[in-house]
Amino acid sequence: MMSEFLTGREKQIVRSGTTSEAILCAKPSLAGSVSQRACVFCGSRVVLYPISDALHLIHGPIGCAVYTWDIRGALSSGPELHRNSFSTDLQEKDVVFGGEKKLYASLIELIDRYKPKAAFVYSTCLVGVIGDDLEAVCKKVGLEKSIPVIPVQAPGFNGTKKDGYKVACEALATLVGTSDREIPKFSINILGDFNIAGELWLLLDYYRRMGIHVNATITGDGRVDAIRNAHKASLNVVQCSGSMMYLAKLMQEKYGVPFMRVSYFGLEDMSEALYGVAKFFKDKDLMIKASEIVKEEFLRIMPVIKEYKEKLQGKKAAIYVGGSFKAISLIKALRLIGVQTVVVGSQTGTSEDYELIQQLCDEGTIIVDDSNPIELSTFVKEKKADIFIGGVKERPIAYKLGLGFCDHNHERKEALAGYEGMLNFAKEIYATAMSPVWQFTR
Amino acid sequence: MDIAVKEGPESFSSLRNACKLCSPLGASVVFKGIEGCIPMIHGSQGCATYIRRYLISHYKEPVDIASSNFSEETTIFGGHKNFNNGLDNIIKQYHPGVIGISSACLSETIGEDINMLIKEYEASNKDTDLPVLIHASTPGYQGTHIDGFHDTVTASVAVLAEENQSGTHINIFPGFVSPEDIRHLKDILDSFGFDYVLFPDYSDSLDNPNWSEYHLIPPGGTPVADLRRTGSASASIEFGYVLNEGTTNSRIKKNKQSFTAAKWLEKNRNVSANRLGLPIGIRETDRFFELLKKLSGKETDRKYTMERGRLIDSYVDGHKYLFGKRAIVYGDEDLVIGTVLFLLEIGIEPVLIASGGVGESLKPILDRLTEGKTKDIPVMNNMDFESINEKSDALKPDILIGSSKGYYVARRLGIPIVRTGFPVHDRFGAQRLQHVGYKGTQQLFDRIVNALIEHKQEDSAVGYKYM
Repeated sequence: MMSEFLTGREKQIVRSGTTSEAILCAKPSLAGSVSQRACVFCGSRVVLYPISDALHLIHGPIGCAVYTWDIRGALSSGPELHRNSFSTDLQEKDVVFGGEKKLYASLIELIDRYKPKAAFVYSTCLVGVIGDDLEAVCKKVGLEKSIPVIPVQAPGFNGTKKDGYKVACEALATLVGTSDREIPKFSINILGDFNIAGELWLLLDYYRRMGIHVNATITGDGRVDAIRNAHKASLNVVQCSGSMMYLAKLMQEKYGVPFMRVSYFGLEDMSEALYGVAKFFKDKDLMIKASEIVKEEFLRIMPVIKEYKEKLQGKKAAIYVGGSFKAISLIKALRLIGVQTVVVGSQTGTSEDYELIQQLCDEGTIIVDDSNPIELSTFVKEKKADIFIGGVKERPIAYKLGLGFCDHNHERKEALAGYEGMLNFAKEIYATAMSPVWQFTR
Repeated sequence: MDIAVKEGPESFSSLRNACKLCSPLGASVVFKGIEGCIPMIHGSQGCATYIRRYLISHYKEPVDIASSNFSEETTIFGGHKNFNNGLDNIIKQYHPGVIGISSACLSETIGEDINMLIKEYEASNKDTDLPVLIHASTPGYQGTHIDGFHDTVTASVAVLAEENQSGTHINIFPGFVSPEDIRHLKDILDSFGFDYVLFPDYSDSLDNPNWSEYHLIPPGGTPVADLRRTGSASASIEFGYVLNEGTTNSRIKKNKQSFTAAKWLEKNRNVSANRLGLPIGIRETDRFFELLKKLSGKETDRKYTMERGRLIDSYVDGHKYLFGKRAIVYGDEDLVIGTVLFLLEIGIEPVLIASGGVGESLKPILDRLTEGKTKDIPVMNNMDFESINEKSDALKPDILIGSSKGYYVARRLGIPIVRTGFPVHDRFGAQRLQHVGYKGTQQLFDRIVNALIEHKQEDSAVGYKYM
């Protein structure tokens, strides 16, 4: 069945090498499109979610809370309070008479019961409309309970998922700078890694081997006290820049902490990150150690990668992920194992990243912002992709059309970051591309 | 100062790990069960995306749900423009036969009149061949996904059921069962030679074969023509004792249909309604077959009497593994009721019966159906998983039976969980789980026995080769 693409989306789809025009992005999704994006609330919720010793209370109807219960595989080395879903479960009477009393009572009982280090209180569409004074309730409870109670103003209709990232950063910014503990020299904060499948712990190991002290991890395996002291670090190392750049910029302005964008996906980008941090501190020793790690890991990994490459040579991949920065790393990582990217897109990409993607990709590669199932299924068929790299919502599209699939989103159970992650990635791409089941589908 | 840990859900204003979902999710499932239908949620983008993700993780199928995508401007000035653009864009992309429009918290609270929006849209497009537009009112702050489900079944029937001379066909409204359950029910109805309308029928649309071409709207679903025929059926069968009637009394604005589809048809189209529980276990399934015999004038096919016989035979073979075992049963009210009635047949003792359903009807209904056997068992509406978790230690359960979201409780207790209903997000084949009929009960029975046997085997130092 043929379908037309939607008018008003033409400028959000380009083919590499066929136009000099930049792709249009950061636009609200069209009504009636089946966007793969979620909402402002979702953006803030996924970013703050991994802070494991905080209470996350969703002030709204039950849906917003229950669909985000334990939504990310963000691991914690300690408390696991974040893996619960707390909701004020607003009912019709609250809509009519206001939900502030229920919010107050909920906060008090939950703080008493779970003794969190801080509380994040998320507003939702409903609260945005009924006009509860979230800020006043948070302030009152904060004073009574002597912990930071932070309003996260995230009504779903108030922009796109990306605007939710900014809201989350604003909430984090209220914590940063509220503690004053001394930390070792060569200290960094890791921003924008969410410790999916324990990826953060791989990174911590590399930095430890280098002699770098990691101060706060924001927000993977995050802790309130560390975030409060985050301004003491010498450098913010920012991954998943879509979600965390705003905080990095705020911290630079307010505390003079410089930042650096990195990616931990793929060997090239992972190594760049370590070298970049060493370079920043202008310390010879750090640089030597960084090269040692890179060398050691390459020696260990490259022979295996080479084997995968020989087998995967000529396969074609489609990428559709949350942020465009990750897409760039994926294109490079796929190239390393002999896989060509033929379709690439993201939910909330930036124009700088898309420009880079256009340069990076082979001619004819389709680049798309804020896509939907109809477009994605058409593109992968047209470009004869063998493998799709995306999240839960893309998986059935791939499988129904007989494509392999690699989950590069919140729910993955295998670490895909770092050197070890590259091996896992290659292994997963290989497994899905080479399975004998496709003989019955294509 | 240490503050005493509060006990019991009564003392919590908040919900902690809810045992319910919101009403637009139920609506979306029903709309997926109409042939050629694409659901649209009139609200912000997140509602549609979250529900898609939730359904995809269970059914492992593409689930397209459009959104009218409210912005701040829409919220202030009304959703009229987004509504029309949304419909235009869906029609252009999907060429649907039906668009199923559910509301959301946001559109309900700002007072969107979706029926009027539909009329206006139809009026301004009167020269075009528009898809059928069905609207269900599903504010997420009212009731649960189950209320949304049944309200949408009723809304669809109310829009389409035609007043015609009574035919010989029957309607069946099975409720929120699995695709495999639906397929099984169709086999049973076929065996009696019925001409029937089963609604909603997502047995294909949420469990399709592999495709060579992408289908914008997955094949399958109850055809609109069949929904029109529901008005002239000779009888309706609906499964469920609670359905969407549990919350009716607690509503402030009585602006919604509190009818089930079968009751609506009885009142407005003179189609007699037959209400049964979900046919789980021997007795409830017998009731279903008795009704089918009565309505068809035919005897039960040997295939099903044999299934019944084998089920009883397995009850006997397995009874010693089960007697006196203590179960926590939770989930959607009608599935909970069906499960409890079945457990009482096989000697398992429910020690906590819980639902996130927001009425108060579970306890009185169960006490009546079991003739008081559940009188001293805690039966609770408005429950959440943390309350179940906190109560569970004292209850010393042997097994949990319900959706996959109770897994963390079972894990903490170190006891098995048998996953039933929706959602099942951590196991394979949720679409093919069976619950109803002799055959569905058989599958459920085998799974429960095996879960207990496996637990005993793994727990033992002996490593038994025969259990």
